[in-house]
Amino acid sequence: MKILAEPRMLWLFGGVLVLLVLASGIGWALDRTARGEKARAVIENLNARIRAWWVMCAVFAVATATGGLGSILLFGLMSFVAFREFVTMTPTRRGDHRALFWAFFFFIPLQYWLVAVDWYGMFSILIPIYAFLFLPTRTAMSGETEKFLERTAKIQWGLMVSVYCVSHAPALLMLQIPGFEGQNALLLFYLVLVVQSSDVLQYVFGKIMGRRKIAPDVSPNKTWEGFLGGILSATLLGSALWWATPFTPLQAAGMSLVITLLGFSGGLVMSAIKRDRGIKDFGTLIEGHGGILDRIDSICFAAPVFFHLTRFFFT
Amino acid sequence: MSLAGLTGGLLIGTTRLLCGPQARWVDCQPSTRQRIYFANHCSHLDAVVLWSCLPPPVRRLTRPVAALDYWGGGGLRGFLAREVFRSILVDRSGADPRAVVDHLAESMGQTDSIILFPEGTRGTGEELAPFKSGLYYLSRKRPEVELVPVFMQNLNRILPKGEILPVPLFSSVSFGSPLRAEDSESKAEFLDRAREALLRLVEP
Repeated sequence: MKILAEPRMLWLFGGVLVLLVLASGIGWALDRTARGEKARAVIENLNARIRAWWVMCAVFAVATATGGLGSILLFGLMSFVAFREFVTMTPTRRGDHRALFWAFFFFIPLQYWLVAVDWYGMFSILIPIYAFLFLPTRTAMSGETEKFLERTAKIQWGLMVSVYCVSHAPALLMLQIPGFEGQNALLLFYLVLVVQSSDVLQYVFGKIMGRRKIAPDVSPNKTWEGFLGGILSATLLGSALWWATPFTPLQAAGMSLVITLLGFSGGLVMSAIKRDRGIKDFGTLIEGHGGILDRIDSICFAAPVFFHLTRFFFT
Repeated sequence: MSLAGLTGGLLIGTTRLLCGPQARWVDCQPSTRQRIYFANHCSHLDAVVLWSCLPPPVRRLTRPVAALDYWGGGGLRGFLAREVFRSILVDRSGADPRAVVDHLAESMGQTDSIILFPEGTRGTGEELAPFKSGLYYLSRKRPEVELVPVFMQNLNRILPKGEILPVPLFSSVSFGSPLRAEDSESKAEFLDRAREALLRLVEP
């Protein structure tokens, strides 16, 4: 509970609470005025998204309040479900069964255990080296060679994006930043807040003034107006929250710009995968949003780079 | 709550966690009327996953059909088959398929629905095997009962034949439009139609 008593954390949570109340109010007002079938569908989806945001923020708050272990557990579970969603839509074969079992029940828990015990050296190579070498060996032992390279590559990619990348978010807790000891939960909150608000702001700007599509074949909802509006406003927000980080306002602006741009890349890449597989969402777990992977695609890309920039320049 | 009820609840909870089954009622609504659910079979999980997708009042009236040689013994298997699932056990080595059908029709009585795997045995999940004729004879014998096609996807990837450790992917269970054997229909025609009905439920 110590970290929740930290006044800056309370300010952040208070701010999010105000935003949620505002969003729900706007959603309610729009719901009363929207006419026409298409507008109604958009508003209904918007309100489902806002309701889901309440739940997600509550879960995140509880995880943060229970200290480091709660956050590690939450992100570990998210990785587990995200990898489930990823493999479900990947055409693996019978011969991958044992390798997948190892990935789910050995490598995912181990990766997060390494975060929990602060073993940075092993944390950073477990999946890129040990899983990378072990899993195809296990698959090869099964004897099924059809599309072997494709299958092993997809499993490794899924593990990298949904486990390795995501685990860098709670790994922020193990950084030793001089003058910022014991406050790393703020940094995790900061990352999630900036990345997710960038997603929301890109959506809002896109819906209000989106005209020119960036990559219509990949994601019809991504427009230049949404991109610029979202990235700039989220970067502004991130700079304005410098007091919750070890950064100066200018450094916070740079960090925010980098992580919002990466968040955008994450959304774009995961959309390309979904188009390739012919699906709209990775799952159905979060009403209005799709699956876990649909919600955290931006964190997947932003977390490792934010982690390494912070580690390189501030520890 | 009885031990069987408790075990059933536990099994359903575990199955839901493990297989994340999404029930899709495509051209069919849940109902307590008497039905024969016929499904593809490629995993030990099939019956319990299908069962878990039925609303509790329907589930209480629905009994899976299971092989006597595998589930008929004592111990845990026997307990699960008899007490938890209230399975109807059939002799699949049987020389007389008519006797099996009579036994099924009789066990269903006037209230119970059943879950049947007309392929007869578990496949790899890649192809749907030809159906055994029992489904046809049963529909002839009980023409008032609806036959509901149920296609289960991904369970062969979660727990394939020959594996004991599951991989927790998500699965889906699709219920299609009910059908019955028509008077004018031959056995082969009907079994083809039933098989087609199942294949139509495959998600891309």
